[in-house]
Amino acid sequence: MVVNSVHWFRKGLRLHDNPALQEALNGADTVRCVYILDPWFAGAANVGINRWRFLLEALEDLDCSLKKLNSRLFVVRGQPTEVFPRLFKEWNVTRLTFEYDPEPYGKERDGAIIKMAQEFGVETVVRNSHTLYNLDRIIEMNNNSPPLTFKRFQTIVSRLELPRRPLPAITQQQMESCQRKIGDNHDQLYSIPSLEELGFRTERLPPAVWRGGESEALDRLSKHLDKKVWVASVEHTRVNKCSLYASPTGLSPYLRFGCLSCRVLYYNLRELYMKLRKRCSPPLSLFGQLLWREFFYTAATNNPNFDRMEGNPICVQIPWDQNPEALAKWAEGRTGFPWIDAIMTQLRQEGWIHHLARHAVACFLTRGDLWISWVSGMKVFEELLLDADWSVNAGSWMWLSCSAFFQQFFHCYCPVGFGRRTDPSGDYIRRYIPILKDFPNRYIYEPWNAPESVQKAANCVVGVDYPKPMVNHAESSRLNIERMKQVYQQLSHYRGLSLLASVPTIQEEAEPPMTDESQTSSGPDSPHRDPADDEAAGSSTVPDSSTSAPPQDKEDPAHCCHSHQVSAHSPCTSTGSPAPLSCHSPHDRSKPSSPSSSCHTMSPSPSPSTQTSPRRSSSSRKERRSQRQKARHACSSSARENKREVEEERMEEEVEDSEERMEEEAAEQLQ
Amino acid sequence: MGGQTKPATFQSEVDCPASDLYKLLVMDASEYDWSRLPQELLLHIFQYLPLLDRAYASQVCRGWNQAFHMPELWRCFEFELNQPASSYLKATHPDLIKQIIKRHSNHLQYVSFKVDSSTESAEAACDILSQLVNCSLKTLGLISTARPSFMEVPKSHFISALTVVFVNSKSLSSLKIDDTPVDDPSLKVLVANNSDTLKLLKMSSCPHVSPAGILCVADQCHGLRELALNYHLLSDELLLALSSEKHVHLEHLRIDVVSENPGQHFHTIKKSSWDAMVRHSPKFNLVMYFFLYEDEFGPFFNEEIPVTHLYFGRSVSKEVLGRVGLHCPRLVELVVCANGLRPLDEELIRIAKHCTQLSAIGLGECEVSCSAFVEFVKMCGRRLSQLSIMEEVLIPDHKYSLDEIHWEVSKHLGRVWFPDMMPTW
Repeated sequence: MVVNSVHWFRKGLRLHDNPALQEALNGADTVRCVYILDPWFAGAANVGINRWRFLLEALEDLDCSLKKLNSRLFVVRGQPTEVFPRLFKEWNVTRLTFEYDPEPYGKERDGAIIKMAQEFGVETVVRNSHTLYNLDRIIEMNNNSPPLTFKRFQTIVSRLELPRRPLPAITQQQMESCQRKIGDNHDQLYSIPSLEELGFRTERLPPAVWRGGESEALDRLSKHLDKKVWVASVEHTRVNKCSLYASPTGLSPYLRFGCLSCRVLYYNLRELYMKLRKRCSPPLSLFGQLLWREFFYTAATNNPNFDRMEGNPICVQIPWDQNPEALAKWAEGRTGFPWIDAIMTQLRQEGWIHHLARHAVACFLTRGDLWISWVSGMKVFEELLLDADWSVNAGSWMWLSCSAFFQQFFHCYCPVGFGRRTDPSGDYIRRYIPILKDFPNRYIYEPWNAPESVQKAANCVVGVDYPKPMVNHAESSRLNIERMKQVYQQLSHYRGLSLLASVPTIQEEAEPPMTDESQTSSGPDSPHRDPADDEAAGSSTVPDSSTSAPPQDKEDPAHCCHSHQVSAHSPCTSTGSPAPLSCHSPHDRSKPSSPSSSCHTMSPSPSPSTQTSPRRSSSSRKERRSQRQKARHACSSSARENKREVEEERMEEEVEDSEERMEEEAAEQLQ
Repeated sequence: MGGQTKPATFQSEVDCPASDLYKLLVMDASEYDWSRLPQELLLHIFQYLPLLDRAYASQVCRGWNQAFHMPELWRCFEFELNQPASSYLKATHPDLIKQIIKRHSNHLQYVSFKVDSSTESAEAACDILSQLVNCSLKTLGLISTARPSFMEVPKSHFISALTVVFVNSKSLSSLKIDDTPVDDPSLKVLVANNSDTLKLLKMSSCPHVSPAGILCVADQCHGLRELALNYHLLSDELLLALSSEKHVHLEHLRIDVVSENPGQHFHTIKKSSWDAMVRHSPKFNLVMYFFLYEDEFGPFFNEEIPVTHLYFGRSVSKEVLGRVGLHCPRLVELVVCANGLRPLDEELIRIAKHCTQLSAIGLGECEVSCSAFVEFVKMCGRRLSQLSIMEEVLIPDHKYSLDEIHWEVSKHLGRVWFPDMMPTW
């Protein structure tokens, strides 16, 4: 039987370590490599010109490499669901291959395509290569829920077998056996579109700082490894102003588009480490960035609402402000804080900023200064940031806004001090905000504090040539810390985790006595339930009680809440919960609710909610323990002191227990 | 949600044999008249239902409808006032607000208002407040969930609404009015009507109150146990008033020290005033939040101060932290968000040595050498129940690498500990 393969490129824009592409070639008579793109949607989609340019360059590079193998890339205009039936018939396709996409949207799209292919009698082959691990396996190892702390994630990963070894690039030989003549009209039908075709204006577009494509990625990989060798010889390297600029060894956009295989990076790092240190296996910290990426992918893979607050079971509901004007100032680099504005300018111009710079602007937008939803910030990054993966982008924003993953919230980056510490000279500011270039170093991070004479001498008067700071940072951080505290005090599973939330306040004894029984049964500080709901609702988007109306004789008693409720609840039906989706365990609901009273003492013991939550079976824990021991024996541990080993073991178990407890409490919210 | 816990509570609480209850719940509706469910029982069930469900249930029959309106169910209420343009959160429906004012305002006792950043919402809250004439509130909280919008309301409107509550509710025990335009005359009205009952007053960042205004509250309200205000309202006289013989023990005093303009000058508080406070209320918590520029710390920490919880929201110098180590013997919790470029080593060790109550510490952008950090933890030992530092500010040295520090610190704490990590992305 004739095998006509189509390999569908989406991410994974590379010929090396591409297992699905290898499957396409395997025993095939013909192979066509396809990329599907809808120019009509391109302009409408929330993706900026730099990201499109990077993608088009990556496609050019792919086409170029395929040409060398006497093949071509077929860029087909349209939507996958419309394109494939046509291609299946036209090319008499028997096999469709593509890389597994773990993101919820991708899974849904691919499911539909697989079904369609089946109807056409086309075999589909899907291979995992965008992530190091099989994410479902990680979830399974964590009792079928994604780990929500990075530590926990690392613990699970350390018990997994190493990621699959990368495959070599496809060869001319492989390609030859399934070659077909390229049509003369190929460029007419299947060419890579230009930015103009996609509706972008390209005059005055500066040259790309990050050039897309696999060739560039591999080139950078070798430089990256050279740099690692050099860095390894220097001990502690503080982030400095050099780190802030786009580096020729940066890899993140290449991982995002799959121009570089994460496994290739993983094994290169590993081998380099083993060569340099001659130890049995490298620490997980070596793979920091790769593991963070994996962590967020795992958290997102089964959560279609991962990129929003409402209906997202892992996201703390925070009463963010809606303020389009302030958001625009932030997004366009007009906040009046040079450090923030320079970062946002760099992001818009180049498509990449250092991770600490991301922390700075994300903190400023959300919990630090503007109190604007992380979702708004995430969307701006999605447009501008070359390496914005859906999962990683949303996950990082939740992390930095303290909306998930059990973060300490006490620390906000200062929009003045943080930049000054990183680059005392202010050169970074001068590069991206040239209007400030003549300000003396002393004032460049806070030009509004410069005396008028200094401003005039610098040819930049604050309020005229450069904006005044849009907020008083001291005042807004005071307000926002207080608000974070309010939110966190209502979350029992966070209690004891956050420093400030544990600052005590008196226990209001005059709690609303409901009935005598309720007082005796649930303790003096437990009011009747409704206000607790209200309090909960304040920080959740689902005020389950207050949106509702009491029954009236004349009309539907619940009429005014009904429409609200439905819209508020519908996203979370997947959790099967009729109750509001706020992050509150049942215990929160019975907490004191009078405005004065939430009493949180120091060093609180873990929330009592463990009583009501089903403990995990001890067998699963035992199983894990033995897995861990096996892992330990596998790695020769003779060098370690015995006592320390025992002690570490004990503590490791403890941490595992506490992790479990935390996750259980988190899981409880979902119920 | 909470479904598993309810039946248990139910059975143990309700004075009704479990079997009867069982019959009641599982028997076919035709065999049992649901409308005969005793009111107390209904009330009990209703307490556990969200308002929406109660509203649905109230449509079932006349009896349930009556139960819906039982005063017990309307003692607490939280008004959520949000505008679609400024908040993602839903608002309390206007019809419901009308209903409450009409039928249940005399039942309300524990009331709070959560308002978003729009002036309309704050004004709506004031409008509701002015209609609460026939009720006696025990607690009232005005909470800005985003920007402080009460400050945008015309002051006279706000004051007249607030004084309606002060005058009509003669037994207010707790009042949270942070970030509002409350002023001295309105506090006088509060004192005149509620001085016997007031226990808690939170009024951080209320710019229209003067030190004399708050002093009047402290002088008259002898039951006051918790107070939150800004530093500019704190005076020696206030501390002495709070530590007078007639006054109950103060439990919590929270002070926000916020700089409005760089280089602002701050007054000092006498050590003797703090001493009087500690003698009077030996266990009181003094919580201080600092949002100052580095050069504004001059007047602080030069003498002993009984602070228990200390939060530095902005960069603070090594020198000031050194003074903290010398003059804060009651310190329990310390949070330092940022510090200069030089490691905090000696300062931490001094704090460990002198602050023998310290049990929680959080360090943000503060570099510390690994060996100093380990030494600090070793000196504090297991009493450190909270220890938080970002991984990237720990500087490895000849004694410890970053990989080793987790183990060393865990050993001294007696539990597993890791530095905080931030995503690299």
